[in-house]
Amino acid sequence: MRLMLEKRLEPSRVMLVATPILSVVAIMMIGIVIFDLLGYDGFDAVWQLFVTPVIDLYKWRDVADKAAPLILIALGLSIGNRAKIWNIGAEGQYIVGAVAAAGIAFMTQSFTGNWIIPLMLAAGMVGGGAYAAVPAGLRIRYGVSEVLSSLMLVYVSLQLLSYLITGPWKDPHGMNFPQTAQLTDAQTLPHELGSTGLPPGLLIALFATIIFTIIVDKTVFGFSIRAIGEAPHAARYGGFHADGIVWLALIISGAMAGLAGTLELMQLTRLNLGFPSGYGFTAIIVSLLGRSHPLGVFIAGIVLAITYVGGQVAQTVVHVPNATAGLFQALILFAILASDILVRYRIRLKSSAVSEVRS
Amino acid sequence: MLANDRVNLKVAPGEIHALLGENGAGKSTLVKMIYGILAPDSGTLLWEGRETRISNPRAARKLGIGMVFQHFSLFEAMDVVENIALGLDTAISRKALDQEIRAVMNKYGLNLDPRRIIATLSVGERQRIEIVRALLLNPRLLIMDEPTSVLTPQEVDDLFGTLRRLASEGCSILYISHKLHEIVALCDRATILRGGQVVATCDPKLETPRTMGEMMIGSDLSDPARGTAQIGGNVRLSVRGLSVPKPDDFGVALNKVNFDVRGGEIFGIAGVAGNGQNELLDALSGETLASRADIINVDKRAIGRLGPTARRKYGLCAVPEERNGHAAIGNFTLAENAILSARTRLNLERQGFIDSKASVSFARKIIQRFSVKALGPQALAGSLSGGNLQKFIMGREILQEPSVLVVSQPTWGVDAGSASAIHQAIIDLANKGSAVVVISQDLDELLRLCDRLSVINLGRLSEPRTTNDVTVEELGLMMGGHHASGAEGDVHAPHA
Repeated sequence: MRLMLEKRLEPSRVMLVATPILSVVAIMMIGIVIFDLLGYDGFDAVWQLFVTPVIDLYKWRDVADKAAPLILIALGLSIGNRAKIWNIGAEGQYIVGAVAAAGIAFMTQSFTGNWIIPLMLAAGMVGGGAYAAVPAGLRIRYGVSEVLSSLMLVYVSLQLLSYLITGPWKDPHGMNFPQTAQLTDAQTLPHELGSTGLPPGLLIALFATIIFTIIVDKTVFGFSIRAIGEAPHAARYGGFHADGIVWLALIISGAMAGLAGTLELMQLTRLNLGFPSGYGFTAIIVSLLGRSHPLGVFIAGIVLAITYVGGQVAQTVVHVPNATAGLFQALILFAILASDILVRYRIRLKSSAVSEVRS
Repeated sequence: MLANDRVNLKVAPGEIHALLGENGAGKSTLVKMIYGILAPDSGTLLWEGRETRISNPRAARKLGIGMVFQHFSLFEAMDVVENIALGLDTAISRKALDQEIRAVMNKYGLNLDPRRIIATLSVGERQRIEIVRALLLNPRLLIMDEPTSVLTPQEVDDLFGTLRRLASEGCSILYISHKLHEIVALCDRATILRGGQVVATCDPKLETPRTMGEMMIGSDLSDPARGTAQIGGNVRLSVRGLSVPKPDDFGVALNKVNFDVRGGEIFGIAGVAGNGQNELLDALSGETLASRADIINVDKRAIGRLGPTARRKYGLCAVPEERNGHAAIGNFTLAENAILSARTRLNLERQGFIDSKASVSFARKIIQRFSVKALGPQALAGSLSGGNLQKFIMGREILQEPSVLVVSQPTWGVDAGSASAIHQAIIDLANKGSAVVVISQDLDELLRLCDRLSVINLGRLSEPRTTNDVTVEELGLMMGGHHASGAEGDVHAPHA
């Protein structure tokens, strides 16, 4: 008897949904074992990481704050994923988007009016989109892999940020701290929207999820993205331009990252060295965990936000390091990539030794 | 559902035994079990009188069973000896292997320089490598899966010579093919499979291609009826001096291709694979653009600079050779595949939004009108058999009522029943006044369907000939690079 992988006639739709859930559960199990072996109370650690943020009403607000940027960035990335265009540099586009919005804030410090916030949001999207257009242009013109160029541009954006906040944009009243001046009231959104109690970021994320669902499922553009990703030849035969899709997929994901960066700037009210928080990288996991579908991304964004908040809880309650959350996020990514094989193959017990050979 | 149901098959030493059946009849499953790729659930296999279990291809080769697959597994950038060495189970020095290869080639009259790079070889030459690879093992049973689908008539004759010599030395040959007249010419016995079961065994010498075809599909075979063609309409497709550079290192450049096709006419383009057929189809469908708009004209409209969507709008539809991944997307449903190429002409989109209801009902219409065997419009294209997917793709283009239809290899790897349905659909379209271009390697298909024929060789198109006054031999020579006029400067050496 031995285990065998047998190719399914069609990819399993059940597994498509089940594997992300199984991945998270499997990682929770593994976490319990590892923490026990390290001498912590493993069950308690995993409980604090994954469950406390859900059952503790006071933590919901934190989860929503973390989920909004993750969802916004991952929605954009999921467009690229579908076309098999891999934007690894959302973190950089997030930073440059926030920098562009901060630039508007810098210029509008002495103004008031409700035109400032939309202008900042637009600037953030343009900044992030323009930054993502660089890897798109490099790929189309010179065949440079967008994986490498977009990732490298993250480090360029970090240098840009640190130059601006230690140099030209440094807060003159900031006691020489490397940070920009605080945003004015006209430049920030309220923490809660009216009576809903929900942060504006999450509402924007919810709205974006609906828009992206329609784009992906109902439009010819969404169709063309999937066609390019599945069969570039057939997409060309269908009359879709691969170059156009590369531009759009990267610019859209950059603009979404820039939007997330701008919203985060409005929450934190200033740029400082702690601004880059890794949302752009975590969003890659969110987009894959959500199967690159907007609805899946929305749920996955909340799950990953829970691990962020849970990491802080576990740190204070069980005294595991805060980096634990990042560890779990990485483990979830590994589990989902590994379990992908179950979508196309089924596991079977075979009694006789038979070897499968490709003809 | 069983792919093979209580099949009995006996092959005598030195016998050339044909395995016949439509796509999905179970031929491949059967030979894969003999070659050790699949394991039977029940039944016995007697090899030279002894019960044997073949657990993998290596064990099969050890017993003396060789197989030549329909699709070659060769590395383009390596030479012949290196490719053969990669497929061997035992290590052997390059020099010794080189000598062995030459010895086998001499013995069986196979002509090929072992040091040539694969990328420079024709398909027929590539097949010879696979045959040599199998012969080096001194096989006592050689399985050949549709070996002639890519060969010129002369190359087919050469192959048959080799196979007959092998058989005369006592090697048995299991020969899978759709081309029934070849089986009549070559084989001693034939086993016919339908739905995984043996439905008949016969002596092909006592049968005709037609009677065997009818045994295969289990009913009478209807010949496509051309009827009285209404040629003499206006020129609907006109190609003037179409040149396209090589798309990549292994592609072929098109060189000043000229032809006209009138309404009601079926125009054939013959040629050995890899002589520019794919490049020509891409240039006609709009996937590659011509250098000037007036190089390609549909109904007097210059469309050379327009992409596929605009060309479809003006009436030119195309079916490329590769079904999965070019004409259709395997992981998409049939309804989605309908959107891929029919969205413009049939209004399956409105202001950028997909009309999924209309696309589902169009896919259903194709399935009904072209008797596609599929679970329904939501079935994945990749789950259909080759013949059924091809019927779906042909139906998708034909139901768009194009004024010009360009089709490449319309019945490649398609069973007899589906092939005759596809031929009939092409004829019906032409009879309604459309201009049809058929690019094919199958001369029988072209001679049966077409009013006029050209041959494509190294990216050049020969002068068109009327089908009635050209012979298979002439066409075969033209496919090898000899032009009847003899005026061409750079004549490609014929494959010996």
